[in-house]
Amino acid sequence: MEKLNIMLVGVGGQGTLLASRVLGAVALKKSFDVKVSEVHGMSQRGGSVVTYVKFGSKVYSPLVEKGDADIIMAFEQLEALRWVEYLKDGGKMLINDQKINPMPVIIGKAKYPENIIEKVKENYNNIVSIDALKLAKECGNIKAVNIVLLGLMAKSTHIEKDVWIEAIKEVVPQKVLDINLKAFEAGYNS
Amino acid sequence: MKKLMLGNEAVARGAYEAGVTVAAAYPGTPSTEITENIAKYDEIYSEWSPNEKVSLEVAIGACIAGARSICSMKHVGLNVAADPLFTASYTGVNAGLVIMVADDPGMHSSQNEQDSRFYARASKVPMLEPADSQECKDFVKQAFEISEKFDCPVFVRLSTRIAHSQSVVELGEKVDFKLKDYNKDFNKYVMMPAMARKRHVEVEKRMAALREFSNTSEINKIEWGSKEIGVITSGIAYQYAREVFGDVSYLKIGMVHPLPEKLIADFAKEVKTLYAIEELEPFIENQVRKMGINVIGKDLLPVVGEYSAQLIKEKVFGEKVETKTLINDVVPVRPPVMCPGCPHRGMYYVIKKLKLTVSGDIGCYTLGALPPTECMDTCICMGASVSAAHGMEKARGKEFGKKTVAVLGDSTFIHSGITGLIDIVYNKGNSTVIILDNSITGMTGHQHNPTTGFTIKGEPTRQVDLVKLSNAVGVDRVKVVDPFDLKEFEKIVKEEIEADEPSVIISQRPCALLKDVKFEGPLKINSEKCKMCKMCLKIGCPALVDKGEFIEINDALCVGCELCTKLCSCAAIEKAGDNNGKA
Ligand SMILES: Cc1ncc(C[n+]2csc(CCOP(=O)(O)OP(=O)(O)O)c2C)c(N)n1
Repeated sequence: MEKLNIMLVGVGGQGTLLASRVLGAVALKKSFDVKVSEVHGMSQRGGSVVTYVKFGSKVYSPLVEKGDADIIMAFEQLEALRWVEYLKDGGKMLINDQKINPMPVIIGKAKYPENIIEKVKENYNNIVSIDALKLAKECGNIKAVNIVLLGLMAKSTHIEKDVWIEAIKEVVPQKVLDINLKAFEAGYNS
Repeated sequence: MKKLMLGNEAVARGAYEAGVTVAAAYPGTPSTEITENIAKYDEIYSEWSPNEKVSLEVAIGACIAGARSICSMKHVGLNVAADPLFTASYTGVNAGLVIMVADDPGMHSSQNEQDSRFYARASKVPMLEPADSQECKDFVKQAFEISEKFDCPVFVRLSTRIAHSQSVVELGEKVDFKLKDYNKDFNKYVMMPAMARKRHVEVEKRMAALREFSNTSEINKIEWGSKEIGVITSGIAYQYAREVFGDVSYLKIGMVHPLPEKLIADFAKEVKTLYAIEELEPFIENQVRKMGINVIGKDLLPVVGEYSAQLIKEKVFGEKVETKTLINDVVPVRPPVMCPGCPHRGMYYVIKKLKLTVSGDIGCYTLGALPPTECMDTCICMGASVSAAHGMEKARGKEFGKKTVAVLGDSTFIHSGITGLIDIVYNKGNSTVIILDNSITGMTGHQHNPTTGFTIKGEPTRQVDLVKLSNAVGVDRVKVVDPFDLKEFEKIVKEEIEADEPSVIISQRPCALLKDVKFEGPLKINSEKCKMCKMCLKIGCPALVDKGEFIEINDALCVGCELCTKLCSCAAIEKAGDNNGKA
C-alpha cells in the first residue's frame, strides 16, 4: 500500500475526532507517514464535519481532494450523500444508517433526500451500510458508534486486527475502554 | 521517540522543551489547544487570562522578569493585544518571549479573515511560520533563541490546517533554561518619549540584523528540483504546492518577516518561472515584486478563503478535476446549531417572543442568529454587544432602547463586555444586558474563565461574582434567572427593558455538555395525547422532528432537558424510559 486517503464525515458531536485519532495511532504503528486534519470550533456544534486522514510514505497536504478518497466513513446518511463525490474510482464508503435532520429540514426549508443508501449503492460499487447506532447501544453506549464504524472499516483494510486494538487501547480513555473494545468487535464482525 | 501531534500540541511541546515557565492565553479557535496542552506540563505556570491584551502583558512581565514566556491567541485576539505588542517591540525582552498567533483562512470559526503577517511588519517583530507539527515544535524553540539573540518578541504564525492537523513529531529533550537575572533597566523598560525615541533606533538596527539573519538562517531553505519552475511559499501553502507542482524548485520560507530578500533574489535568478503561493494576502508576493522580480501569484489565486491542492491546480494550470455527480438530489446544508439541552435556547425563545432587537456577541449563542431563532441583529467582535446596544440607544432614543437588549456570554462579558457596561452607567444609558452564565467558555470547547471558579489546571479559585460586579460599576437592577423557567424569564426581561436605568439579567444555567450536567435521558411524544399544536417546535431543538403527520423525538439526540415539555399544553411529552443503553 503506497498511500491511503480516508475521510470521516458526520455531524459535529458524533465522535469523528476520536475515530480519527485511532486511525492516526494505527498509521504510526505501521510506520507510515501520516496527517490527520481535524475540525475544532464552531462546526463541532452540530454542523457538518469532515476529518481527513492520510497515510503514505510521505504526506504533504493534510486534505483529501475530490475523487481521491480510498475510504469514506460516513457517520450519517445525509453526510454520506454530501461527500460521496470524494470517493475515487473503486473507493469504498461505509455508511452508518443513522439520520440526523439538519436545521433547514427541521424548519421545513429543505427536504431530507429519500432512500439515500439505495441511491448511493446504485451509483457506486463499494458501499456498505450498517446500523452502528443499534450495535453501539447493545455494547452499552450510543457514543461508541464511532468505534463500531472503525471495526467495520478495519475489516476492509489490510492492517492486522491487533494493530487496531492496540491503537484503541492507546487512544480511548480507560473508563470506557471495555465498551469500545466490544463496539470494535461488533463492527468488525458485522 | 515519535509521536503524532496536533500542530497546537507540538507548539506546547516546543515550549516545554525550550524551558518555558510562564504561559498565558485567552482561548480562540484555532489556537486554543496550545495552552490546553501547555497546562498539562507541571513545569510551566499557565493561565487563561481574561483577554488577549492581559495575556500578552502577563507574558511580557514574565519575560522581563527573566522567564521564557509564551502567549497564544487567534488572529482577532491580536487586535486586542496590539497595544502591548507594539511597545513590547520597543522594550525588547530579557528572557525569550514568543507570541503564537493562529489565522483562520476560510473562517472555519471566525468573524473575519485577517492576515496577521501584517502585524509582524507593522510592529517590527519577526515572524516564523511552520508547515507541519514537527516544525511547530522546532520553530517555537528556535523562536526563543531568536528572541533572546535579537532582543525582541517573536511571532510564530499558524493557520487552521497547521494548528488542527496532526503529523509526526520527534520528541526532544527539555533544555535546562535558568531564570535570567532581573535588573531594573529604566531606559529599556520604561517607555516614556525620551527612552522610546532611543529604543526606536534600536528597533531599526535590530530589523537590519534580522534581515541578514533571514538570508543566512536555515529556517528559509531552498529545495532544488527542476528549474523550469520556482515556487516561493510558506506554511500550509507549501504542503499544497508540493502536491501540485511536484519536482520543481521551492524556496520554503520559514521566516515570513523579515523576508530573506537576498535568498529570494538568488532563487529567482535560477528559475525560469516564479510563483508565490500563499493563502490570504499577497504578503510575500508584493515584497518580491517590490524587489523588481516578476512573480505569478494573486493574479491567478484568490485572496479570499482557504486553499487546497486542488484549488491551486485549477487556478494555476486550469486543470478542472473531473468528478461525476451521479446523484442529483439537492443536499441540504447543515449549519451548526445550539446543542440539545443548551441553556441559550430558553433565553432565545423569550427574546423572539418579545420581538426585541438583539445587539449580539460572539460565543455559542451567536448560533441564535441563524434560523429558526434568527434572534440576533449584530455580531461584530467580543464585547461589542454591550457598547453597541448603548450606541443604538443613543442614536435612536430611549424607546428604541426599550426594545433592545445586549446578549453575551460569561467569558465574553469578562473579556471586554464589562468596559461597555461601565460606559452605559457612566454615560447615563438605560440598556439591558443579558449575560449568559453557562459556567464555562463554551464555543471554544470548555475553558474555565474568571466566572467559573476554577483555573486552567482545574484548581478552585475565587470566582467573579457577576451580581456584585454589576452592582459595583453602578447597575442597581441585577436579576439572576434560569432561562428554562420561561415564564419568569419573560417577566424579568419585560420589567428590565421597561426600566429607566441600566439593568443586567444573568441567565444562569450550565452548558448541557458539562460533565456534571445530568438529565434523565431521552423523551418521547405520546401520540395519543399530542394534538399537533407544534408549540414544542418553536424552541428550534434539533431533536424534535416534524414528520408531517406527527412529531417525533430523535432519541439519539435528545438529552431530556425538558424545555419542550414547558411549551406542551397537552402533557404529551414523556420520558422514553430508554437510556440509550447507558446503565
Ligand atoms: C478577540 C477574540 N478572542 C477570542 C475569540 C474566540 N471566541 C469566540 S467565542 C468565545 C468564547 C465565548 O464564550 P462565552 O462568552 O462564555 O459564551 P458561550 O460560548 O459559552 O456561550 C471565544 C473565546 C474571538 N472571537 N475573538
